[in-house]
Amino acid sequence: MGACGIVSNILRFYLPYSNRYIYVLLLCLTFSLLVNALGKSILNLSLNDPPFKEYIPFLANTYWIRLGIDFLMICCMAVICVLWYTQEEEQENRQRKNDAEKLSRDAELYKLRQQLQPHFLFNSLNSISALIVSNPEQARNMIHQLSDFLRTTLRKEEEQWVKMEEELQSLELYLEIEKVRFGHRLSTSIVKDERSGQMLIPPMLLQPVVENAIKFGLYDTTEDVTICISVSTENDMLKVTVQNPFDPETASPRHGTGFGLNSVKRRLYLLFARTDLVETSSMDHVFTTTINIPKHESDHH
Amino acid sequence: MKVIIIDDEPLARSIIKEYLQFHPELELIAECNDGFEGVKAIQQYQPDLIFLDIQMPKINGFEMLELVEDPPSVIFTTAFDEYALKAFESHAVDYLLKPFSRGRFDKAISKWLQTGKNLSGKEQLGQLLETVSSSPSEQHRVVVKLSGKIRIIPVEDIHYLEAADDYVKIHTREGGFLKNKTMGHFETILNKSQFVRTHRSYMVNISEITRIDPYEKDNHLAILKSGARVPVSKTGYVKLKSVLGL
Repeated sequence: MGACGIVSNILRFYLPYSNRYIYVLLLCLTFSLLVNALGKSILNLSLNDPPFKEYIPFLANTYWIRLGIDFLMICCMAVICVLWYTQEEEQENRQRKNDAEKLSRDAELYKLRQQLQPHFLFNSLNSISALIVSNPEQARNMIHQLSDFLRTTLRKEEEQWVKMEEELQSLELYLEIEKVRFGHRLSTSIVKDERSGQMLIPPMLLQPVVENAIKFGLYDTTEDVTICISVSTENDMLKVTVQNPFDPETASPRHGTGFGLNSVKRRLYLLFARTDLVETSSMDHVFTTTINIPKHESDHH
Repeated sequence: MKVIIIDDEPLARSIIKEYLQFHPELELIAECNDGFEGVKAIQQYQPDLIFLDIQMPKINGFEMLELVEDPPSVIFTTAFDEYALKAFESHAVDYLLKPFSRGRFDKAISKWLQTGKNLSGKEQLGQLLETVSSSPSEQHRVVVKLSGKIRIIPVEDIHYLEAADDYVKIHTREGGFLKNKTMGHFETILNKSQFVRTHRSYMVNISEITRIDPYEKDNHLAILKSGARVPVSKTGYVKLKSVLGL
């Protein structure tokens, strides 16, 4: 029994590599030899008295049998310990991996949300600087819009999910600011059905999609640009489509998968483990991005 | 002195206009919404100085400058462009980071009046454009001008390039376009796993090759999908084989 205890204790701290099991076997053998030698000397000592003297040859005859039994018992203990500790270690590894994954996922989500284009901010400030002289009222208005927009993006950092209508409001703010920048070139249309407004979506999910639409709408053509956003519900899925004009002659195929869309795909994958939630298509000089967002569990409130 | 503003944002133009009021020696003769208008206006008015935005529709500020034969002095105006900023720092061109103050604007003007004005646009810009156009983000297209019209060629559409005196002829499905650049330039800007310099005067898009035939001594000919035959020298053949993984 003592020997079993010692073996299990050794194995707790030393788990053999898969190709080193021979060591465990040798360890068991050494222990059984030791135990047997110990047992033999104790028995020999205690059987030295006359009434038990006849047992001594019997003891000598059964030496190998006893050694075998001891060896088997210690081996069994060793096997059980190896299995037990291996499993424990594996569980620990899995836990650690999960934790690490969660951490990196959080960091990544944070970073993806943070990717506000500095271009946008500096150009907006430049527009405000121009408006201050020509149209102070509008300049002030734009400062308010910009502040509101920045505040929502910052506040949303802490929230897990937001209502669709809130997300649309912040998109509208963003588009209003862009309209001041680009003047008459940019117009927008936002359509949503009644139910979708109350549904929950991950915050700032649509921002990069709209940024993408603006970028390719305004920088890929020289004409006037209309960005259309429509939101609807289909079988408990939120369906958002964003459309922008583009020029098929110069837009290389790579354009469709700019950073913006990749970040959205990545986020949806991290949240739902699905890669089929973002689709893009182009027809008649119009580029359409469709995003499907599965219903969130706590959507009922 | 004549000045042109090229920027796609009306408010960004208006702030330059406002600051220009304090420089009566500078006369604003045109405002342009994009690079196409910019090229036309520069040819028409021959300005002494242009204010040029970098991020603009269709063609950016650098691409526009490449299309102008004798570019005037330039002061770049940009919101944020890390790569470009690095390029500027080592050149005689000034740049204004949006939003910029009147003080900063005045400084740029007086710097130009003192030094830049006397340099030709070519001297000012040559090296800069070379540096900027070899930036990794610019290599997915090539902008050319053909009988006054501007064409944007996605690099995938290029079949092969051929050296022609001081120019490089870009062969595409729609014919050849001349660009005032060297083969070496294209070698640096184009993706090396896509375009291989098969010959001193030729560079080929490997996805256009259908077969490679032996041709005289150690030389070969690459036959393209279009039927074009592109010479492959001995060293070119070695490069081509390594890129194709043979």
